[in-house]
Amino acid sequence: MTGSAQHTAPAQRTEGALATLRRGLRMMPEFRRGLPVTFALALVATAGRVVVPIAVQQVIDRGLTPGGADLELVTWLIAGCALVVVLTAVAVYRMNVRLFRTTETALANLRARAFRHVHDLSVLHQQGERRGSLVSRVTSDVDQLSVFMQWGGVLGLVSVGQLFVATVVMFVYSWQLTLLVLVCFVPLVFAVRWFAQRLVRVYGVVRERVGDVLAAVAESVVGAPTVRAYGVRGRTAARLDAAIDRHYRAQVEAQKVTAAVFVSGEFVAALANAAVVVVGVLLGLAGDITAGTLVAFLFLVTLFVAPVQTASEVLNEAQNAVAGFRRVLDVVDTEPDVRDPAVATPGRVRALPEGPLGVRFEAVTFRYAPGARAALDGVDLTIAPRTRVAIVGETGSGKTTFAKLVTRLMDPVEGTVLLGSDAGGWVPLADVAFASLRARVVMVPQDGFLFDATVAENVRYGRPGMTDADVVAAFDDLGLGDWLAGLPEGAATAVGQRGESLSAGERQLVAVARAYVADPDLLVLDEATSAVDPATEQRLTRALDRLTDGRTTLTIAHRLSTAERADEVLVVDAGHVVQRGTHAELVDAEGPYARLHASWRRSSAGEPEPVIG
Amino acid sequence: MSRRRDAVVRRGLRHIGRAVREQPRMFTLAFLASSLYGGMTVASAYVIGEVTDRVLLPAFDEGATTTAALTLASVAILGVALLKIVGILGRRLFAGIMSYRLQAEYRRRVTGQYLRLPLSWHQRHPTGQLLSNANSDVESAWFFVAPLPFACGALVMIAITSVALVLTDPLLALVGLVVFPLVFGANIVYSQVMSPRMQRAQQLRAEVSEIAHESFDAALVVKTLGREDTETERFTERAEELRDGLIAVGRVRGMFDPLMEALPNLGTLAVLLIGAGRVADGAVDAGDLVSIAYLFTLLALPIRAIGWVLADLPRALAGFDRVTPVLEATGETPYGPDAAVAAAGGAGIGVRDVGFTFDGVSRPTLHQVTFDVPAGRTVAVVGPTGSGKSTLAGLLVRLVDPADGSVLLDGVDLRRLREGETSAQAAFVAQSAFLFDDTVRGNVTLGAPFSDDEVQAALRVAAADEFVGALPEGLDTRVGERGASLSGGQRQRLALARAVVRRPRLLVLDDATSAVDPAVEARILDALRGSETPTTVVVVAYRQATIALADEVVWLADGRAVARGTHDELLAQVSGYAALVRAYSEAEVAA
Repeated sequence: MTGSAQHTAPAQRTEGALATLRRGLRMMPEFRRGLPVTFALALVATAGRVVVPIAVQQVIDRGLTPGGADLELVTWLIAGCALVVVLTAVAVYRMNVRLFRTTETALANLRARAFRHVHDLSVLHQQGERRGSLVSRVTSDVDQLSVFMQWGGVLGLVSVGQLFVATVVMFVYSWQLTLLVLVCFVPLVFAVRWFAQRLVRVYGVVRERVGDVLAAVAESVVGAPTVRAYGVRGRTAARLDAAIDRHYRAQVEAQKVTAAVFVSGEFVAALANAAVVVVGVLLGLAGDITAGTLVAFLFLVTLFVAPVQTASEVLNEAQNAVAGFRRVLDVVDTEPDVRDPAVATPGRVRALPEGPLGVRFEAVTFRYAPGARAALDGVDLTIAPRTRVAIVGETGSGKTTFAKLVTRLMDPVEGTVLLGSDAGGWVPLADVAFASLRARVVMVPQDGFLFDATVAENVRYGRPGMTDADVVAAFDDLGLGDWLAGLPEGAATAVGQRGESLSAGERQLVAVARAYVADPDLLVLDEATSAVDPATEQRLTRALDRLTDGRTTLTIAHRLSTAERADEVLVVDAGHVVQRGTHAELVDAEGPYARLHASWRRSSAGEPEPVIG
Repeated sequence: MSRRRDAVVRRGLRHIGRAVREQPRMFTLAFLASSLYGGMTVASAYVIGEVTDRVLLPAFDEGATTTAALTLASVAILGVALLKIVGILGRRLFAGIMSYRLQAEYRRRVTGQYLRLPLSWHQRHPTGQLLSNANSDVESAWFFVAPLPFACGALVMIAITSVALVLTDPLLALVGLVVFPLVFGANIVYSQVMSPRMQRAQQLRAEVSEIAHESFDAALVVKTLGREDTETERFTERAEELRDGLIAVGRVRGMFDPLMEALPNLGTLAVLLIGAGRVADGAVDAGDLVSIAYLFTLLALPIRAIGWVLADLPRALAGFDRVTPVLEATGETPYGPDAAVAAAGGAGIGVRDVGFTFDGVSRPTLHQVTFDVPAGRTVAVVGPTGSGKSTLAGLLVRLVDPADGSVLLDGVDLRRLREGETSAQAAFVAQSAFLFDDTVRGNVTLGAPFSDDEVQAALRVAAADEFVGALPEGLDTRVGERGASLSGGQRQRLALARAVVRRPRLLVLDDATSAVDPAVEARILDALRGSETPTTVVVVAYRQATIALADEVVWLADGRAVARGTHDELLAQVSGYAALVRAYSEAEVAA
């Protein structure tokens, strides 16, 4: 599909990191809950950290007085400090556990929400995204957040607290030296800002390269048969290696910037230390501070430097996390372009009339991208309930678009699709709650995906709660009992991942059975039996005809045998319904259907068409 | 229990050894830089002590100082700091490179295995699992490498500190002798308690990812059946297990981190306590005490680096354990020494007593299938859904090997051919076309040196020229991941063009033309068979037009080649065959 551009999330690129965090926290009330206590614990934790420098100062100034140490005082002092250290450790432990619990709870909910939202997005949007990147929205992006909120979050909290407490204590000891230290760190603030921008850039590149690697790996796994059939292992390996290598180089590039950020803090710390010694001695000579104070101050500078360094570390992690966060939020915040009215506009929800459903198109136009050729162009038609309609036409004529509009996988660009009947009234599709729509209208796509489970479990997906016997009975109803019995374990046969233990045709049989048990009032088959052998297909469609008698069936098929049996045939060409009538009427009339049918007749009767050119 | 714990430690050490052996140069550089950093950290403490003793205290005692003394002090502080910075830069850069190289190297090895291992291996492993093996598992296997040189440097620091302690004062050294082993002990206990929890979390993480993969792949089915709620439930259930697993991990980590911080702090306090007594006794001077106390403060961070490495080891082992089976998987497709017969024109195919059974399935998919396709002939394989046609088609181009019997190309068993020979002779088009995230041209040539004219000609034959011509950048248009920007029919035609451009000696079409007009199909076959040396074609098909293009038909039922002959012969002799191919005509009669 080329229509993804118009469906992508609103551009959030300009949003700052703080805005993203605010947006995210709004979405995670579980995380905010109990945050004040966590903050309080963080404050206790940081307070504990300044105890050691204070102890050093006290011991030097008061314990080691010239002419004999006051050992009793030292002992009491140290015992007190030890107690504070232990209490601090306990506070940090409590804080960690709280933080782990709230973040993991909040993130699990965010994961589930994002997952649900991906399913709520329209088919177009889902197809416009790399499958792997949708998966990483609910896996690695969230994991990254968890790393940041716990590791970075803890360190960040403690660091900010430590910075604050260290500054206060430093001021108490000597305001002059404190100012001196602060002045030394001013250039660092600007440097960190500049580095932050560079970090955003280099990590953006890393992230992009990771995506390339993921895509290349997926190719080597999903494309395994093609790679082998064409002997292009070397080429595929070269492409993979190139992606891996580009990722590696981006990582090293990012590492250089990170190292530079870290080192700049170290350098400033050394400057501050030297300045404190020189100025401290001069202040001491002036009688403003004692030797113990000066030594303690040197310790405090370490306490001041460490959080600054940590902050630069966390900053790095934060860039990654915020970028991941933004991607998750962008998914969650994307308005699905096909919305469930039960959620979006509950006041407008209307119930579908009971019984068989007809289909009505009123001036329906659809295009996959703005400005693109209309896939359906101003279509007006009504299909009465209880009819079996075949939709035929060349590839690309708009048949599948028709099916997707009837099932509301997409909404028309212009016009209205309605379901109902003249007797029960017509209801615009956009006003029907999804729960009711999906229960009454079921489509079987060409590639009826099967889950990695048994045949019975896959069929039960159409109607939960069926017993295995019900499943067997359903296959019998469809004339497929023999086929099912022929499987190694019958209905309990495992189909493998994506149903790959079955052949393509067999997968389609299971998919049709799954839709049949869902018991819809309107069944849409989009090339649903294209890979099934003709004899089985005939048996199956005859059974379906019998079973769906009194319901409405729309069938899209290349094989015109369906059209021959249908109550009505719609011929679609270049986005228009160009012919309509019974097979008998159309086959004799001048027009595209007669041509299509003649060609199909020839192909199924065994005469290849004359080759032109 | 304790034996298993020992095993974790031992395996962890072996894993570290593996990292060092794989990247000895980077490790040495990072380790040297780390040691420089460590040495300078100790030196900086020493400098602070010396400055205290020789500059600060005299200045305060005497009430005077000299410019020279102050200059010396600041130069010493700054000089040591500069060397330390060099150490940090080197450590971070080299350790980063080491860790990233290991990641890249193992990613290459794992994906190399994916490409090397046979399809039967792929069929046994879920896609989601293979993706996480190559991505997150490789990453976690080597994550610990980043702080590894730092941790080794910390060991050096601890050694230097211990020596300095003993030299300064044996009694103070006792504090170190108590604190350092405690730190190690705590780390070892930690990694043992953590190991099973980490493994479980990693496993759950993979399962969450698998569910997301499958569910998003099934998006259309989920939507059309309105199963979003049950899918979300299925996902949430596992996500909540993961949450609980991660909280269990957090509980242990949350205890370990503050413990690692408290131990050096308590050490510092102990140094002060004992040191005060020693200063009073005159055994130590105040400057020494300050140095040692400062050293303990500085040691807190590097000691934690040891913790980081040990803490990450269980996760690394878990990741590595998931990667190892891929790296050690055998069952590589064995190739023989022979070259294919270098003939122009079609290849002769022989299928001899071929049997094939899927893993974990008792009933064989194919059983004693025997038939020949003479060079240049076209044979249709016809059979009911599930009769084994696709499996047979895959055997002909050696996507899989038969369990029994053999498949011959020009009389040579495919297994005797050298690597690349089969694919050089044969082309295969599957039911669902797979396209690479590449340009149209790249998808047709797959890197082989075909000219644009040849590519265009092949596109014409496959009736793909028109839509390719309408693409914004023609042959250079990228088709997106798995050809996402094209329709199913368009992908199919590109896949056909890919086969046609190679002028293969054998073409195997596995129901690959069902979405293509019969006229196009006829044109493709004519293009390949029209020359004087026609391509051999095996086509799996249902429709009579396709069957009619074949010289002969093999009728496959229940995994056995039941009959073979011309279309007319089979119609006359085999009732199942007639019922199948005539289904549409019968339907008309019945209707």
